[in-house]
Amino acid sequence: MRRYIARQVLQLIVVVIGISILSFGILHVIGDPVLLLLPQNAGKEEFERYRHLLGLDRPIYVQYWTFASNAVRGDFGRSWYGDAPVFRLVMERMPPTIYLTFAGLAVALLIAIPLGTLAALRRHSFVDTLCTILATAGQALPLFWLGIMLIIIFAVRLKLLPASGYGTWQHFLMPSLCLGMAFAPITMRLVRSGMIEVLSMDYIKTARSKGMAERRVVWKHAFRNASIPVVTVLGLQFGQLLGGAIITETVFAWPGVASLTVDSIRNQDFPVVQCAVVLLALIIVVVNLIVDVVVGLIDPRIRTGA
Amino acid sequence: MTASNATPEVALEARPAAAAAERGTPLLRRLRRLRWGVAAAAVLLLIVLSAVLAPLIAPHDPLVVDIRHRLAPPAWMAGGTPDHLLGTDQVGRDLLSRVIYGGRISLIVGVAAVILSASIGILLGLAAGYFGGAIDWTIMTVVNIVLTFPFVLLALAVIAVLGPSLPNMIAVLGVAGWPIYARVIRAETLALREREFITAGRALGMSHARLIFRQILPNLVSAGVVIATLQVAQVIVLESFLSFLGLGVQPPIPAWGNMLGEGRVYMLNSWWIAAFPGAAIFITTLVINLLGNALRDWLDPRLKL
Repeated sequence: MRRYIARQVLQLIVVVIGISILSFGILHVIGDPVLLLLPQNAGKEEFERYRHLLGLDRPIYVQYWTFASNAVRGDFGRSWYGDAPVFRLVMERMPPTIYLTFAGLAVALLIAIPLGTLAALRRHSFVDTLCTILATAGQALPLFWLGIMLIIIFAVRLKLLPASGYGTWQHFLMPSLCLGMAFAPITMRLVRSGMIEVLSMDYIKTARSKGMAERRVVWKHAFRNASIPVVTVLGLQFGQLLGGAIITETVFAWPGVASLTVDSIRNQDFPVVQCAVVLLALIIVVVNLIVDVVVGLIDPRIRTGA
Repeated sequence: MTASNATPEVALEARPAAAAAERGTPLLRRLRRLRWGVAAAAVLLLIVLSAVLAPLIAPHDPLVVDIRHRLAPPAWMAGGTPDHLLGTDQVGRDLLSRVIYGGRISLIVGVAAVILSASIGILLGLAAGYFGGAIDWTIMTVVNIVLTFPFVLLALAVIAVLGPSLPNMIAVLGVAGWPIYARVIRAETLALREREFITAGRALGMSHARLIFRQILPNLVSAGVVIATLQVAQVIVLESFLSFLGLGVQPPIPAWGNMLGEGRVYMLNSWWIAAFPGAAIFITTLVINLLGNALRDWLDPRLKL
């Protein structure tokens, strides 16, 4: 087990370094910070002065090293727009994003577990077909459009819920429903296929032939085992879930990291974007690691087989 | 949905079709089993045709402003006119014409970005699977890094630096989308590499390039086609999201995403401005997904995506 964790942690470090190179490269190799920072009619010497001031005339690997070693200490520079430390700006906006992500996950599970299980128990029935149709349609539904339609229905027409903002539990309902509905189809398919596989196992037949109550067979014996692949894949999908949260935030003006990132893009405040990207990616990597380790603990076949 | 970018979606089991339904020629039988796919292909063909022939079929110029008829509701609602079937937007442009023209952007971006990412992904996947060792490790590490990033986040960050434009968007979506091809193609190549015909080819003294492109690649066409089809849908959704945020195709050029973004402001009284472009995105993605699933069932049922 210890070796398994060590290998996962090693992989995590490689990925984090890769992400830092990627996000550094986006600004410094693809783009040019000085061009973004100075007005277009600035003189040539002005450009050179700023280039020197920001240390951009040094070799690229020196610049990366400075960026990386500062970033490790939580120093991502200062905002070009408001001159506050970027790390603090981003961390302040992190909690709403995380709450939204988990609320969305909860909604997705609440929809997916009962429907997926039902579909697996009654294969090729009406319920199963309906679930397949819903899942196919749900996967094609653009998340941001779904959000706008929810706002039109629940906020504009019915005036039941606030259209945007943050604070009370009412504010949570639409965004988490939106994110959850977007994520439910995949989860439902996972639950369904996992349950179908487990329900055909011999130990289920044994449990049934012992005369065990069907409810107990389904939830105690089948669902617990079926949940392992579901948890694994959902863990790997966490990045996509967070990506969905980013889209949801922009629709509902949710004051999280994504809104901050989009605003910063509009203001050309690149250090904020860079920091947000690195921290979000870091969260994803850590969650993936935790899922890998937990699944390895639950199911020894995974850690030895890998 | 963007959330399903790298979904290891489980293939639906083939349904034990009733023997009675198994009449007709083999091709007809096949088509009948894939009727959803055929229907989806027909709808998609309509969408593509209407985008290509937009100047011929659009009732109005999508850019012509008619301020007297601004915010007209769809024809079937009170106050709507048959002249503007889906109503008009905030400056009186015909919504139906804009939706028809908007399809051009989505389809161009979808197809161009997918060709780009498929080319990169298939080449790297072949290299990783065929050569193995350090090449494989390096490519797969990069794949893992890019897959860790939410697609949206990567696209946002790059667009922020490059600035919004059509070529930039194609480049970003193309470059960000390749890992999924690389992963699947690598796995398939690994399996093919051990087959007899490759060993035989090697014994005959074929070069690596010939083995890869003439012997292995033709076997991967179906996998590539299936992933590419499903990816077109992903790219269209993402493109429309970027345009929605104002980071994609710039107004007044109609794209489904930026129409949705503009319509959002008016949703209090004029829901149709946001609803119809959104419905267009939904229908297009839906039929592409259905087509992709049907292609998978037809060409390569064991392919897990």
